[in-house]
Amino acid sequence: MNSVTLQNITKTYNKGTILAVDKVSFEVNNGTLFGLIGPDGAGKTSIFRILSTLLLPEKGEATVDGYDVVKDYKSIRKNIGYMPGRFSLYQDLTVEENLHFFATLFGATLRQNYDMIKDIYVQIEPFKKRRAGKLSGGMKQKLALCCALIHKPSILFLDEPTTGVDPVSRREFWEMLKKLKAQGITIVVSTPYMDEATLCDTIALIQSGKILSVNEPDKIIKAYPGNLYAVKSGKMYQLLKDLREYDQTFSCFAFGEYLHLSFKNDTPASAQEVLNYLKQKGYTDIELNPVTPGIEDCFIRLLKQ
Amino acid sequence: METPVIKTDKLTKRFGAFVAANEITFEVYPGEIFGFLGANGAGKTTAMRMLCGLSKPSSGTATVAGFDIYKQPGKIKANIGYMSQKFSLYEDLTVLENIRFFAGIYGLTNKQIKEKSEKLIQQLGLQKETKKLVGSLPLGWKQKLSFSVAVLHHPAIVFLDEPTGGVDPVTRRQFWDLIYDASETGVTVFVTTHYMDEAEYCNRISIMVDGNIKALDTPIKLKEQFKATSMDEVFYQLARSATRKAD
Repeated sequence: MNSVTLQNITKTYNKGTILAVDKVSFEVNNGTLFGLIGPDGAGKTSIFRILSTLLLPEKGEATVDGYDVVKDYKSIRKNIGYMPGRFSLYQDLTVEENLHFFATLFGATLRQNYDMIKDIYVQIEPFKKRRAGKLSGGMKQKLALCCALIHKPSILFLDEPTTGVDPVSRREFWEMLKKLKAQGITIVVSTPYMDEATLCDTIALIQSGKILSVNEPDKIIKAYPGNLYAVKSGKMYQLLKDLREYDQTFSCFAFGEYLHLSFKNDTPASAQEVLNYLKQKGYTDIELNPVTPGIEDCFIRLLKQ
Repeated sequence: METPVIKTDKLTKRFGAFVAANEITFEVYPGEIFGFLGANGAGKTTAMRMLCGLSKPSSGTATVAGFDIYKQPGKIKANIGYMSQKFSLYEDLTVLENIRFFAGIYGLTNKQIKEKSEKLIQQLGLQKETKKLVGSLPLGWKQKLSFSVAVLHHPAIVFLDEPTGGVDPVTRRQFWDLIYDASETGVTVFVTTHYMDEAEYCNRISIMVDGNIKALDTPIKLKEQFKATSMDEVFYQLARSATRKAD
């Protein structure tokens, strides 16, 4: 059963001059965590707005919980929770007032649905009399999530909830998402952080309005063509420049403490040949090992194609 | 020993009872790429604002590019470059106009401005975009342009506040190429980031927790010290101990 389907969804802005979403199709299975992964300007927010019925697509069809995003927008709005990228609660209402307000909009009460938000809400409950505008970034994010959940939605749309958030808080946020998923909620989340991809059941990699690939993270990694090597030496920037000049290099880029290198024609001798090349260049401390690509490697590779 | 380009001694900033930066002491050397890490709310921005001469410390001392942060904030501003987290070029000026504007502010002569802007546009491959409004450029180009503008006057130090947030992985790496290039010409780079793979690209890193510098060393040594396989783990071990609520 699919919670969300998109078929050839297209959206342009500025009288058709800016193509924001370009024939995007994907499906999200019921009860799964789906990640929309790509940089700023990839079209993630436009897709969220179309799915949450705030924006009309120009072409294509999309459904949420079986309802059409254009015709059945009223039914969709009752069943989804949407957390936009920009903090959009009432800054001059308190934590508690915001929650009551959003619950009331959907004909629910805080008491009735307390279970739904309990795990997250207890963390901000000590500050329930504080105005939302005076909360820290992490607490705002938790409040926004509570407000998106208070009416027990079947699907949750989260637009870049972790952007600009430090790695520790990001981990905590993903732990919360895991718990929500365990309660049977379908979650569609977008992020520019490639390392968050593996926390999703299925991901769509997106750039410039186009889907580069949709699949389970493992399968995207398995589909990486050829081998990838991690290379290291004492002089990393010089090494990067030298490897980019090497005629058999397909791509070479910095990746944490290593460089990631792939060859044009990958043969069993490729690794030894590049070592010889580097030796000629005067390197004495080269470390070179095959490495399993990550989602970020796959994304970079797909961008090159 | 080289003369440090940034030197702080017990630099502290209090807001009422709240100690945003607590007696931070460190040195940064010429040409170094120095990663300034910390969780949200750890005090990074406060520290950076003091170093840029934008905020007076409560106590402690510091010199930046040889100037005292209490007595010579104006001199500091003239000798540093700064790229904010928020895009800060003028969206309604063209690429060329922005370059000219900022070069002018930093006191470059007309001749220098002409030479430098031509070279810069060529380096960035923006030849066709010089007359386009900056607002119409893709984010990645905007970021590269703001960095280049921030180092156009060849400052002693450039401060970069989360320069690569939201940028695609290829552009993020092209951005680091620019950082390396600047560093090779002697510009010291002081950078904050939430990408832990980028922490590895720095020569040395400091990690702030609750207003204190809790660790400061090369990425390799920090990983040894914390028995971690990645900077992500080092960061996690340290930042997890934070008691202060994120900003």
